[in-house]
Amino acid sequence: MNTAPHRRRSLTAAAAVAATGLLLAGCGGAGTGTGETDATASASAEPVAGGNLTFAITVDSHCIDPQQVGNNDAIAAARQTVASLTAQDPETGEILPWLAESWEVDEDASSYTFHLRDDATYADGTPIDAESVKTNFDAIVALGATASLGSQYLVGYEGTTVVDESTVTVDFSEPSAQFLQATSTFSLGLLSPDSAELTPEQRCAGEYTGSGPFAVQSYTLDQEIVLEKVAGYAWGSEANAHTGEAYLDTVTFKVIPEASVRSGSLQSGQIDATAAISTVDLPQFDGNGFWLSYRANPGVVFNLFPNESSELAGDEAVRRAISKGIDREQIAETVLSAQDEPATGVLSHSTPLYESIADELAYDPEGAQQILDDAGWVEGADGVREKDGKKLTTTVTFWQVPEPLELVQQQLAQIGVDLQLQHVTVAESQAIKESGDFDFDYYNLTRSDPDVLRTIFSANARNINQRSPEEVDVLLDDSAASTDAAERQELVTEASRLLVRKGHAIPVYELSTTIAASDAVHGLTFEASSRLDFYDAWVDQD
Amino acid sequence: MGRYVLRRAGQGLFVLWAAFTISFFILYLLPSDPAALMASGGGEADQVDPALLDDLRAQYGLDRPVLVQYLDALWHALRLDFGASYTSGAPAGELVLQALPETLKLTGAALALAVVLGVGLAVASTFPRARWVRHLLSSLPPLGVALPTFWVGLLLLQWFSFQTPLFPAIGNEGAISLVLPAVTLAVPAAASLAQVLGRSLRGTLTEPYVETARAKGASRRRVHLAHALRNAAIPALTVLGVMVGGLLGGAVVTETVFSRVGLGRLTVMSVNAQDIPVVQAVVVFSALVFVVVTLVVDLVYPLLDPRIDVRRTAVAA
Repeated sequence: MNTAPHRRRSLTAAAAVAATGLLLAGCGGAGTGTGETDATASASAEPVAGGNLTFAITVDSHCIDPQQVGNNDAIAAARQTVASLTAQDPETGEILPWLAESWEVDEDASSYTFHLRDDATYADGTPIDAESVKTNFDAIVALGATASLGSQYLVGYEGTTVVDESTVTVDFSEPSAQFLQATSTFSLGLLSPDSAELTPEQRCAGEYTGSGPFAVQSYTLDQEIVLEKVAGYAWGSEANAHTGEAYLDTVTFKVIPEASVRSGSLQSGQIDATAAISTVDLPQFDGNGFWLSYRANPGVVFNLFPNESSELAGDEAVRRAISKGIDREQIAETVLSAQDEPATGVLSHSTPLYESIADELAYDPEGAQQILDDAGWVEGADGVREKDGKKLTTTVTFWQVPEPLELVQQQLAQIGVDLQLQHVTVAESQAIKESGDFDFDYYNLTRSDPDVLRTIFSANARNINQRSPEEVDVLLDDSAASTDAAERQELVTEASRLLVRKGHAIPVYELSTTIAASDAVHGLTFEASSRLDFYDAWVDQD
Repeated sequence: MGRYVLRRAGQGLFVLWAAFTISFFILYLLPSDPAALMASGGGEADQVDPALLDDLRAQYGLDRPVLVQYLDALWHALRLDFGASYTSGAPAGELVLQALPETLKLTGAALALAVVLGVGLAVASTFPRARWVRHLLSSLPPLGVALPTFWVGLLLLQWFSFQTPLFPAIGNEGAISLVLPAVTLAVPAAASLAQVLGRSLRGTLTEPYVETARAKGASRRRVHLAHALRNAAIPALTVLGVMVGGLLGGAVVTETVFSRVGLGRLTVMSVNAQDIPVVQAVVVFSALVFVVVTLVVDLVYPLLDPRIDVRRTAVAA
């Protein structure tokens, strides 16, 4: 399964996207892993405007404000309602113009100047000018933790200066190379200045005015979100297949919590598409009047993250042995859907600047045993290793689907490591994380910029390993200041290697998002962050 | 009678306070952090800056001692103010009131259906002369009680929505969307009603006054429906009171399976998100429903059987 075409990577040297001589080649090319099993579904026919597309989501998190949401389902709706300063090419990871026609970045990536196009407006007709961009960024910083993603992108924000009506400069107190990609996300998508006056609650309820190709028509808690096309929208980005207004009149997001009901509803035509079909049901939508399209989520793959302030996870030999004792190919082949792939790095292969470090992640049970033997962990009577009377029994805390970790548990048992699975609710996992009382954490993070690596691992940032600074932190911190794509890629790859070698990161597999849709649906795609993009979508009219 | 109702109202208030207090402390003791959940927006919060979380805690008063939080919440709750939802920011009481009509429709329809089916089945399992018919029918209620609501719901969806598109699988639109969920919710309720009423009917039919009525020339049907059924209704009425609570609980599963808006869904969402204000509002509201229903049931007893004097019976609620 690993010879699939989406493995190809075109590492074209980064094209300079900055208009001026000041270099900013935000991102080099990276594989995207898009694969449509029924490519004919959307490629050939001529798009027709009109109609409604009903899309099932699994949960309503009671907020659809793009600047506040963090949940995939909410993002699916919110993303469509805002345009961003920049867009990101899902194929190459390149940052493209959207509301900003061009931009300059200073040498240490701490000052960004954007030149806005002059014809764009918010959904209520207010022009998108420099002043309103400043209002947006100031408002996101003021939101604080409720704007969980946006506030992280704006860490170190010093302020926005309005240079003239269509020029703004955003300044940071420290280098922030990730910011350019961040301007392409929904989290920094623009809302009208009036919306900044609303309370966070009103905005959550969908009362804001956005800038995207769709606007909120109605929002019924726990039931549905209806978006309608914005008339006169004419500033789509090059990342999309067309310009001008969206094709669909409306998009209806229905909340369907039960997986089997989503499958049944799609099969019986009560919904048109969803990105939440359970693995076992996917094959029935591969053909037979349906199509599947999938993409690996960019960012940090599912990893075991050691809490190195704990006794066992603080033992480098244990961490390295665990990493070598995991057979990632077997996990991908046996417990995941055909679309999910084994990890070939700390970052997924759809992340810009990704380079495979699969050689560091090869299955090597003998090597793992050797490391443990050398460190004095000897096999006990029950097959579990011990040292100084202490058993090699460690725990991973998580709320996600348990199957991949159940297999990891079996694999590690073979090298004498007893991995206990502590499967908890989201709420509990948050509390445990905060208490700091755990050995291994487990999750993935979606972000279409390699900076996510620095944000979580650097001893000078989140330091999720709870360790003291070392060599890798220099590489990570330097990567935040580098605006040269080739140099940044080198730093990121080298840092990834060090993280894996020291067992600070134990990658397992890449999460992917799969769209399942009826053949009447066309052009429903992923944007660079594997979020859904309804702008090019259209449906057959009878 | 007036004094009786007053006394019951006082006891009802105690029940409400107890429900509020117990749920508050259970939620507080659960291992979780509402602030981190809030900041995650239901998604990935693994990158959230701890300093920002502290701000959020201060904003919602979650940094105060638990007793202060409790007294403050209680003081506001006395004025029917349960605070703002952690997830949407909307007033918790308002969220409950918004969700209420849909759940009332669902539980109302299910209750009506349960009464019709339950009474019908109880009568049908005692009336026929053929012994095997009675046996067959009286084996249905235990089966109905044993079927998991979740499974019944999915089965009905499979048959009547996915394979034969008679009813919509999801949503709250129109009476037609109410059919499958109401049937699902009514199955266990009807079954337990039929069980209790059937047993009670069989007992009543052996009473001497039934012989007397027959001897006086009353028809078999009249004896069964007018004399026996009325006297057998008392235990069934008690079950009916408890059943209202069961229906509210069943709405949690039914509304989830059928993707319906309502109190049940709101409860699931709020518990998952540790949205304490909303959970509190739901708990107090449910307790209120229970208090009122049991009071009404107690007041109806004497209408069925004049020998019952509510003023002297022990109070159950």
